[in-house]
Amino acid sequence: MAFFDDSNRALAAEIIARYPRPRSAMIPLLHLAQEQHGWIPDEAMVEIAELVGTTSAEVLGTCSFYEMFKRHEVGNYVINVCSTMSCALMGAADLLHHLEGRLGIKAGGTTSDGMFTIEAAECQAACTEAPCLQVNYRHRYRVTPEMADQLIDDLASGALDGEIPRHGILARTRQHIPADRAVGAVPPELVNEAPVWFPTEEGSS
Amino acid sequence: MTSRGEPVAHAPGFVANDTPRIVTSRFDYEDSYTLARYEATGGYQGLRKALARSPEDVHAEVRNATLLGRGGAGFPAGVKWGFCPPGTWPRYLVVNGDESEPGTYKDRLLMELDPHQLIEGCVIACYAVGLSQCFLYIRGEMAVAQERVAQALNDAYAAGYVGKNILGSDLSVDIVLHWGAGAYVVGEETALIESLEGNRGMPRLKPPYFPASIGLYGQPTIVNNVETLANLPWILDNGAEAFCQIGTASSPGTRMVAVSGHVKRPGVYEIVNGTTTFRDLIYGESMCGGIRDDNDLKAFVPGGGSAPWFTPDQLDLPFEASEIGPQGSMLGSGAVMVMDHTTDIPAAALTLTRFYAHESCGKCVPCREGGTWLEQILRRVVDGTGTARDLDLLMEVGETICPGEFPHAAVPAKGLTAKPFPYRMTTICFVGPSAFAPVHSALTLFREEFEAKVAGNTDMSVSEVVINV
Amino acid sequence: MTDAPPSVVHVTIDGVEVEAQPGEMVIAAALRAGVHIPHFCYHPRMSPVGMCRMCLVDIDGGRGPMLQPSCMVPVADGMSVDTGSAATKRAQEGILELLLVNHPLDCPVCDKGGECPLQDQTVAYGPGESRFVEEKRHYEKPIPISDLVHLDRERCILCDRCTRFADEVAGDALIHFTERGNETQVLTFPDEPFSSYFSGNTVQICPVGALTAAPYRFKARPWDLDQVESTCTTCSVGCRVAVQSSRNQLVRYLGVDIDPVNHGWLCDRGRFDFEAVNSDARLTVPVMRDPSDDQQLVGTDWSTALAAAAQAIAAARPGAVGIIGGARLTNEDAYAWSKLARSVIGTDNVDAQLGDGLPAEVVLGLPGATIDEACAADVVLVIGPDLKESLPILHLRLRAAARRGTQVVELTAAASGIADYARTIFAAPGTAAVELARLLDSDDPLAHTLTHGRVVVVLGRGSLAESAQPTIDAAAVVRSRMPGATFLPALVRGNVRGALDMGLAPGILPGRVNLSDGAAVSKVWGSLLSQPGLDTTGMLEAAANGRIDTLILLGADPIADFPDRGLAERALAGAGTVIALDTFVTESVARADIVLPTSTYGEKGGTTTNLEGRVSRLGQKVTAPGTVRDDWMIAADLASRLGGDLGVASAEDLWREITTVSAAHADCTVEVLTSDAAQDGILITGGSIVADLGEPAEPPAVDAYALRLVAGRKLYDNATSVQQSPSLAGLAVGPVLTMNPTDMARLGLHDGERADVRSARTSVVLSVVGSDAVPRGVVAVPFNQPGGTVSSLIDVTSTVTDVAVEVRGGGR
Ligand SMILES: Cc1cc2nc3c(=O)[nH]c(=O)nc-3n(C[C@H](O)[C@H](O)[C@H](O)COP(=O)(O)O)c2cc1C
Ligand code: SF4
Ligand code: FES
Repeated sequence: MAFFDDSNRALAAEIIARYPRPRSAMIPLLHLAQEQHGWIPDEAMVEIAELVGTTSAEVLGTCSFYEMFKRHEVGNYVINVCSTMSCALMGAADLLHHLEGRLGIKAGGTTSDGMFTIEAAECQAACTEAPCLQVNYRHRYRVTPEMADQLIDDLASGALDGEIPRHGILARTRQHIPADRAVGAVPPELVNEAPVWFPTEEGSS
Repeated sequence: MTSRGEPVAHAPGFVANDTPRIVTSRFDYEDSYTLARYEATGGYQGLRKALARSPEDVHAEVRNATLLGRGGAGFPAGVKWGFCPPGTWPRYLVVNGDESEPGTYKDRLLMELDPHQLIEGCVIACYAVGLSQCFLYIRGEMAVAQERVAQALNDAYAAGYVGKNILGSDLSVDIVLHWGAGAYVVGEETALIESLEGNRGMPRLKPPYFPASIGLYGQPTIVNNVETLANLPWILDNGAEAFCQIGTASSPGTRMVAVSGHVKRPGVYEIVNGTTTFRDLIYGESMCGGIRDDNDLKAFVPGGGSAPWFTPDQLDLPFEASEIGPQGSMLGSGAVMVMDHTTDIPAAALTLTRFYAHESCGKCVPCREGGTWLEQILRRVVDGTGTARDLDLLMEVGETICPGEFPHAAVPAKGLTAKPFPYRMTTICFVGPSAFAPVHSALTLFREEFEAKVAGNTDMSVSEVVINV
Repeated sequence: MTDAPPSVVHVTIDGVEVEAQPGEMVIAAALRAGVHIPHFCYHPRMSPVGMCRMCLVDIDGGRGPMLQPSCMVPVADGMSVDTGSAATKRAQEGILELLLVNHPLDCPVCDKGGECPLQDQTVAYGPGESRFVEEKRHYEKPIPISDLVHLDRERCILCDRCTRFADEVAGDALIHFTERGNETQVLTFPDEPFSSYFSGNTVQICPVGALTAAPYRFKARPWDLDQVESTCTTCSVGCRVAVQSSRNQLVRYLGVDIDPVNHGWLCDRGRFDFEAVNSDARLTVPVMRDPSDDQQLVGTDWSTALAAAAQAIAAARPGAVGIIGGARLTNEDAYAWSKLARSVIGTDNVDAQLGDGLPAEVVLGLPGATIDEACAADVVLVIGPDLKESLPILHLRLRAAARRGTQVVELTAAASGIADYARTIFAAPGTAAVELARLLDSDDPLAHTLTHGRVVVVLGRGSLAESAQPTIDAAAVVRSRMPGATFLPALVRGNVRGALDMGLAPGILPGRVNLSDGAAVSKVWGSLLSQPGLDTTGMLEAAANGRIDTLILLGADPIADFPDRGLAERALAGAGTVIALDTFVTESVARADIVLPTSTYGEKGGTTTNLEGRVSRLGQKVTAPGTVRDDWMIAADLASRLGGDLGVASAEDLWREITTVSAAHADCTVEVLTSDAAQDGILITGGSIVADLGEPAEPPAVDAYALRLVAGRKLYDNATSVQQSPSLAGLAVGPVLTMNPTDMARLGLHDGERADVRSARTSVVLSVVGSDAVPRGVVAVPFNQPGGTVSSLIDVTSTVTDVAVEVRGGGR
């Protein structure tokens, strides 16, 4: 049974066409699957394998390498508490333990209502704003226990619905290359000379 | 108990100071990321000037600017571009926006706050080197950066800055936005290419040492860091000469540095390359303003989590690769992590070692097995269940990953003289050695803290830094 | 200006100067120089991955010694390598210590124990003791990843050999690394097993006991094993193998790496069909029909059976003895039977092929090519069977060649298993010649390469539902339009090439000569017949019409293997006496009157010849069960009972005689064959036959309403060697009809539905699946599958077989 819905299948075709080789679209399509479903079931990998022309085992190999792809159900809100150096120096442990206490789960767990998952995560490129966390990959900086409590309340009440989509939806703005402006994918097998703007005789310098 | 700096409303982390601003010049504007703001502040002028010249000329301008790569290795961009084998087409550009090195925070700011500057830099590079297609690889866990860059790309396409016949010229290049999915090692350029080909992000064998000869789909491929490319519009607009006026001849221009940890004003600073010292940065009034609560500085990591540590003895070293290397460390990705005297050093080392062990791609035995073993030994030392023999074992496992002398800083008070960077390694990429670097630094510089731990004396630890995950 | 690359580079390895080929890796150059550098992930037939880091040695390329992985560093002039430096030793110890960190210490119960590279290298290069006190990684103990292979992830050292093999060599990327870092493990996708025809190779190349083969698990310990080198006779590629036994039972075959043929690989059928040799169902004593017991087959003794056989042969009318089969024989066996037929019995009705190949003159009379030549060609044009199914290792070799740039093209009625690397050009059954000519006349760039480049044509029968004529016609087009092309005959069954070379074909004598060219042969054999006899089809037709008094089946099962089952059944019923030499009671043997049990693979020495014409030695490892005899001995005994004398007392005698009667084999003396150089086999190139291909016939007219049948072989089928090997028996797909989805829609058929399939002969019921691999107007059914046979639909006298397919009344 096919996994992608019609509009996502069309989107998948558009994404694949951007790349010189279909296989390059594997990670974008896994993201798309996660966007549609919240996590990645086996059927999604089977269909992606067909779409990019490889085996499901290869898709699993790629999928399981990357932290963000969840192959089991997770909460609507995945809260990643940074636990690497700078945040650790600034009290990330306290923050994580506070959240664990507040939600009654351990890092790696999901609340029974399926709302929240907490993970201890690696450096989030916000080291100066320690300790920090992300909710569905959107940052919160210099988070105090009070801020964390408020965050949970706001997420639970829906007050942040406008800013933070449910898990799986990453960027809400997508790239669209307009047909009249598109150059198109440049597969190596179809090109063997310099692009038109580039002088064929390369300089000696 | 910990003092924190003031959050900045719309540019979280960035702290303006009085240095010249090349890449952060628009960061003060609320709408810095819009095309309108970009165009109103000199945006796409560098590209227009570039298109008026030959690609070769543009390449020469960049070469003359000695623009050092900002991704970690510090290799001059203009020289790297020249490594593409002549006559082999097509060539690709891959933008490394995977920023994940512990302590590093700059590329995300550049993408969130000034995406057009990056896009303009990409187009200039494609023009100069004859690159037919560009892939902009943004780390997966950066939803806002992805949105901002996507919007900027859509606007830039519509306005004719990207795509077919850019600004009416012959230049035609697509920039394809690509998201990662969470794996630190993918920042390594050959792993980045593997990931972009749809594979597990495992680094490729070297040689070839640069993907410029064999890269994406086996074709010549330039991989550049976001910040590196973000410098190009300014260089083309103002000229290499103006660029070289800032900083030193071997390290011209500015660079972004994130200072985190126990300082009064942690933040991202654009500093003058080559001349600014760590003391300026950590203690300067217009910069971090000193250690929190006026505590003592114990140690700092000068260039991202992979870099061997420095102590106050190295504070007066400048941001100049040729001076840092001989002193036993590296500038890396512009990330300074500061530890004050309350820091539990073995625990801090464990935090970093755990990171690299967890992020090993699993390819090399020394990294996959050795990294995890280091973490396990270190964890029991920190837990207070280790033995004195474990301290030697740490160094011996490290020896299998990095045979021979490991670089470290000079600490005259302890009779240590500097061992220069780099080290030798038995692994393909630097992740394996990076798991050992913090262990080695901590154990070499602060052995007494480890000895206290294995002797059962745990009074040393003041700040809780370990997260047991 | 570039200088030509040097043809050889000089490197110093452990103080000794060594010549190496440019591009060669240090580890390979060292091995050739006799220096073994320990390693796990490196494998000479796969691309280097540099994962295990065990091969680190001190390499000085001019800037001082540096530890570098020798599997990844190519040799360079002036390079100096020290494999015994202190740094190297320290690294080797360190890496081994790390490898053992998570490796269980269950060597005493591990299949690999005693032949384990990890165990051996730990002893040779490892640290004395482990300092690892932590808990090791734990996984569920062995999990089956296919019907044939089990995986123990705790033992796995993640060398990427099996996964690289699956992807790079076999093209079946069904096992893969999953997870990351210290959690990395090899796995299949859930519910998609590693069902590759080549899975056994992963067991062989696993450097630890992580992958084990179901047929071998716990069967024997390495130190109980006896081994002899031999050549696989499952198909005619002739892969080199090591045959291993324990307590007089075959327990395992391992691929042996020889350059010209198999590169160390084996297909799973060839690797595991030794089980049939050990089968309890083997024939062990002669059997005959007992008139006092309702004509049942009952056991007897050899002299009774041989006397009866000799009597039946002697009593036959002139020209009324036929001998079918020979592919299962050794060259020596085949020669003995060839001589018996011609010089003692006086019949030329001999044929090693079962109407499933090409006429012997075509096989022997076209300019030949080797596998290596095919792999080095610009284009390989396949007009023949599905190579992946029929000649699996030839498929692997061509696949590797395609990855290096050889263009592989198949001219076929239905896309085959090679389509993932070959370009498929469809030619409906009967139209290969027309389509080839059309291609050569087109402006397709391939036309130019075919006519001007180095071309090897792999030629054989693509479908058993089509006569040989269309293939011969296509060969005629090749000969006239592509004069430089050479041919690799896609003969499929075991030693059929050897049997043909020994003259087991009508009109052909040993040494690839015609009857008319038999001077050398007649010196030893005496006077020769002047008229060619009947081929298998001719013999079966004659038998069906009561014109064959004695039909001898040499390991042949025409009912299962002849394309036209109806004719084969009528022939066995119509023949006077049927004598069968075989190892099992096959469908045909069950209808014989006298059955003589024979020895088989692993039980006898001698030689075999592969499809290239390469002769190699077979190894004897176990003694045959019961009283079974070698085929040549039976021939010799019958000869004397018939008043003749073959004049030989051993297989070696036979080979000596072959080298005297055959000019082609003259240089391949017993001494040459037993020398070390013969490990790669000895290529026989002589012979004086020139194929006369005639003018292409008009292709058969197309009936717009009918579907044209394609019947090809699968690797796993109803053959006794498969069905008597418990590990393989269940792997046959069964008789499924594949057709184009458009045709299915037109006929109102759905996937999995049962349909009536009707030819001029009869009708059968088959289930149907849709696939684009089959073009419109064509249907494909695998030949000789358990659970139903397609050969009853086929009429061997018509060029093609048309069928009608209809929804079965009501049933799904
Ligand atoms: C383990 C590892 C991780 C890296 N991560 C990053 C990264 O996140 N971002 C980056 O730009 N470069 C990273 N690099 C450096 C890149 O390999 C490469 O040198 C850089 O992208 C080249 O760009 P530049 O010359 O413009 O600096 C990493 C290198 C290693 C070995
Ligand atoms: S050093 Fe570690 S991360 Fe780098 S390639 Fe080797 S195993 Fe992978
Ligand atoms: S054999 Fe060279 S790294 Fe494994």
